[in-house]
Amino acid sequence: MARVLSFLTATRGKGRLHWTDWVSYAYLIFGIFLMFGPVVWLVLSSFKSANELDRFPPRFLPYAQETVEVDGFDDPLLAFTVVDGELEGEIVGQTRRAAGRAEVIVPSNPDERFRLTVDQIEPIERVAFATENYSQLFERFNFLKFFWNSTFITVTATLLMLLVNSMAAFALSKYEFRGRTSVLLIVIGTLMIPQTVVLVPLFLIVTELGMFNSLWGVIIPGAATPTGVFLLRQYMITIPDEILDAARMDKASEWKIFWRIIIPLSAPAIAVLAILAIMWRWNDFLWPLIVLTRTENFTLQLALNSFQGELQTDWPSLLAMTVLTLLPIAAVFMFLQKYIATGIASTGGK
Amino acid sequence: MKKTILTTTAMVAGLGMVAGAASAQEVRFMCYSDGNECEVYDDLANRFEADNPGIDVIVDVVPYQAILENLPVQLAAGTGPDLAKVTDLGGLNEYYLDLTDYVDADYWENSFGETLNWYRVGDRQGIYGMHSQLTITGPFVNATLFEQAGIEMPGEGATWDDWATAASAVVEATDADFPMAMDRSGHRVAGPAISYGAKYFDAEGNGSFDGFDAFAEAFVSWNEDGTMARDVWASQGGSTYADAAQEFINGEVVFYYSGSWQVGRMDEQVGDFFDWQVVGSPCGPAGPCSGMPGGAGVVGFEGTENPEAVAAFIDFLAQEDVYAEATARTRNLPAHLGVASAGVEFEDVSPAAQGALNGFAGALPDVSPIAFAYQGYAGNRAMFGITVERVSQAIVGELSVADAMERAASDLEAAMAESQ
Amino acid sequence: MLALQRKLGVNRLAWAFLLPNLILFGLFAFLPVILNVFYAMTGGDNVLLADRPDVGARNFVTLLDCENYLDVNSCREDKFWRAVWNTVRFVILQVGFMVGFALLTAIILNRDIRARGFFRSVFFFPVLLSPVVVALIWKWILQREGVLNAFLDWTGAGGINWLVDAQWAFGWSVFISVWAHMGFYTLILLAGLQAIPRDVYEAALMDRANAWRTFRRITLPLLAPTMLVVLILALIKGVQTFDEVYAFTGGGPGTATTFIIQYIYEEGFAGAPRLFGLAAAASLLVAGVLVVLTLIQLRISRNNVDG
Repeated sequence: MARVLSFLTATRGKGRLHWTDWVSYAYLIFGIFLMFGPVVWLVLSSFKSANELDRFPPRFLPYAQETVEVDGFDDPLLAFTVVDGELEGEIVGQTRRAAGRAEVIVPSNPDERFRLTVDQIEPIERVAFATENYSQLFERFNFLKFFWNSTFITVTATLLMLLVNSMAAFALSKYEFRGRTSVLLIVIGTLMIPQTVVLVPLFLIVTELGMFNSLWGVIIPGAATPTGVFLLRQYMITIPDEILDAARMDKASEWKIFWRIIIPLSAPAIAVLAILAIMWRWNDFLWPLIVLTRTENFTLQLALNSFQGELQTDWPSLLAMTVLTLLPIAAVFMFLQKYIATGIASTGGK
Repeated sequence: MKKTILTTTAMVAGLGMVAGAASAQEVRFMCYSDGNECEVYDDLANRFEADNPGIDVIVDVVPYQAILENLPVQLAAGTGPDLAKVTDLGGLNEYYLDLTDYVDADYWENSFGETLNWYRVGDRQGIYGMHSQLTITGPFVNATLFEQAGIEMPGEGATWDDWATAASAVVEATDADFPMAMDRSGHRVAGPAISYGAKYFDAEGNGSFDGFDAFAEAFVSWNEDGTMARDVWASQGGSTYADAAQEFINGEVVFYYSGSWQVGRMDEQVGDFFDWQVVGSPCGPAGPCSGMPGGAGVVGFEGTENPEAVAAFIDFLAQEDVYAEATARTRNLPAHLGVASAGVEFEDVSPAAQGALNGFAGALPDVSPIAFAYQGYAGNRAMFGITVERVSQAIVGELSVADAMERAASDLEAAMAESQ
Repeated sequence: MLALQRKLGVNRLAWAFLLPNLILFGLFAFLPVILNVFYAMTGGDNVLLADRPDVGARNFVTLLDCENYLDVNSCREDKFWRAVWNTVRFVILQVGFMVGFALLTAIILNRDIRARGFFRSVFFFPVLLSPVVVALIWKWILQREGVLNAFLDWTGAGGINWLVDAQWAFGWSVFISVWAHMGFYTLILLAGLQAIPRDVYEAALMDRANAWRTFRRITLPLLAPTMLVVLILALIKGVQTFDEVYAFTGGGPGTATTFIIQYIYEEGFAGAPRLFGLAAAASLLVAGVLVVLTLIQLRISRNNVDG
């Protein structure tokens, strides 16, 4: 029973693997397949040509058809294997195709042309990564400028948000004052109105304040997210009041208590909020789309989505750009997730 | 562009002129791309800047969503760009800069004719927009499938029923999956609907769905009996756009009703997988064998600080040689009558695509006057949306065709009441 | 700071800590909501409030005009009510799966497993993808000639046209929104689990407490504040599900996966004419229901924590 307990609660028993470990690992491996598989496929697809992306059914790896050089032809010809008829087994280059029939050439004998039906030949394909999807991006626009704008917005807005939200959360969790519940309810209450409808009023306010087409127009409203206050407040509640009282006995100022005790003890929640804030700002699309209209202010997400037209979308470029914008934030996550580990468990418990 | 400003400054300073004259007029062009349009305009803008020192045209490439949803809000708040490429031609009329005083009005009237009306609403009858890409709807046909099946392709003057019968026979005889497919869009059904008797306007010239029922009946029953690829309309909801290009490219559809803008994609992606060609829009019981015109245009906005510069740039784009070059490079149909009659040699396209584009251009005279008027009607976006939503509901069986049409009429009534 | 502290007294100092947030929050979160109320009481399709005619409660009347609320076809705004009932069905399923799987995942990821950082990333990465990309990936998998059907054909089971069947499309919308957002809640719960002191468990172990009992008596109560965040956010975000489902099915087939925010978006922003007033009124009705549900959640949690 104690082992079941350890499954439901904390850690693996020392030594041999218990069945709960097997269950856990099975779940995790299933998770890789279900959660990570599509992401891996996305990355592979970003190396596919438009043709390959439109293909039914989609294939896992990117392919391209082989070509053969034949004397007398300027361009290489598409290569096929003949699977039926007198040329069976030969590799041929196709010169023309019309209406279900192909005209082909055996490379060793460039003068003679054969007419075959399309079901007699099979294309020869190999795995080929369309790296031009990526290189085009750097030719087409100022990637570094967009990267800088995104980074500046993300870093500034995250720092601002963490500071402001943790101060508010501290006030709402560790002080008794009149209006506390109302403030909290109003904070949660604004979450109920969907962002979609708030966009236009918010746009008018930001324009009125002169922040249209300025990176600050994205940074400052972004720092006002109610979720952060709520999340941190709920975590700070679990910090025992005795720790604060002890510090007050030592004549520590309230700011010092906040900065030296509350913040370090809330590390896991702050790490989580930092991850979320970075992700929100980095991936933010709808809001920057309405506030930023000048290329020099564009973020990566705006540049990425400019591949979507009215009638057609440039998927190869869009996917390559998606992968590129995903990399930095994935790295940030890998780094920050380590901090979701040290909390009260190691510092304040005993 | 920076270089231009620098040289200008140096030149002016060298002549000992007042420094104030050297400050460049910056003009912001909000552009969206369905292909390479914005790149081409950026290139042309550089040439314009070289001819017009002191004007700096900056092309901001945005997602189409920004043009459709945010541009109207920005214009209302007075923070719009100086010019933009738009598709809601009549809907944004109140913000357009009238170019009449800045350009050669006769040249514009003679060159752009009918399309100028698409930008006009009510008593605002000036010259507002240069229609930069004309589109027209029409069918793509997989000729290889017809040949494999040994069935003769219906010829000139064939009706929708003729095509449906022929395409179904092709599917019987080959391993294609769907006889027909049509983009999920209210704009796309407009041509066929007119062929079936839709009037789209009432006696006072207001939008109406009178006469649309016949086509709705036919279209829903085609989706039911498998003549139409049901996925396209039935697997989506709301007023979202969906096309069937992927199915056509994979050789699953015999007859695909879309439009001229797909030519480039077909050319690149079908390759030599099969032969495809463009035929004229089929005819219907009500007579006209009409497609539906459409497209996008470049407009200036009244809020701009540099109306002369904006007008000068649009006028530059409208000049016959520049327009012809842009058309050839972006592979669009020309709305400029002079360019159209001279014919366009499109860049980087196969003979098949050149033929297809010419085929679409050749179908223009068949377009019914109703279709032209509908394209120029400021309320058409509302009507496109209603068509798609309600017809889809009939296709999936949420509403009967009659109920769907009744709802469409009341939706339209409510929309018109609000937008007055 | 200390001077300010002396002047204000410790408890009133709370307002000093709150102030920066209140300014930002008031201007950029609260004020827009208030403006939204004014939009709800105006009509027409103008953007600026000053240009919009006052219509009082007409937008609300339009939305609520129904002979029988259970029969959407009897309602004047049938689309609104279709969206409402779809959302109700959706939220019940989605919030249940979301919180359940997020909790299970968080507990497993909180164990002393190998390559913990890697596994945490695995479950979090889908959250990083934009809705358009999420929808695209799952369309590759679920379309008529997609990967899943290719696999089913290969096993001999035969494919299903998932996206054309209303029931399946609805089910997959639930799945995809859980897939795309579960990592968010897992992460929050993971932080909450860290807040539970290890020694509490050690004490329970010493007392040979029943495992399930320990989970219910120690883990859940100590996790309660975090669970409250997760439950409230999951409910609100569940009701507000939009982006990825919209990009995935567009709300179809027909209106089978049209949820309330899509209705608001199409009436107020994407469609023509733009009926901001109707959209704002619909958003307020939804918010009203959410407020009631949240208050119930808060009340229940308070009782649980106290009792």
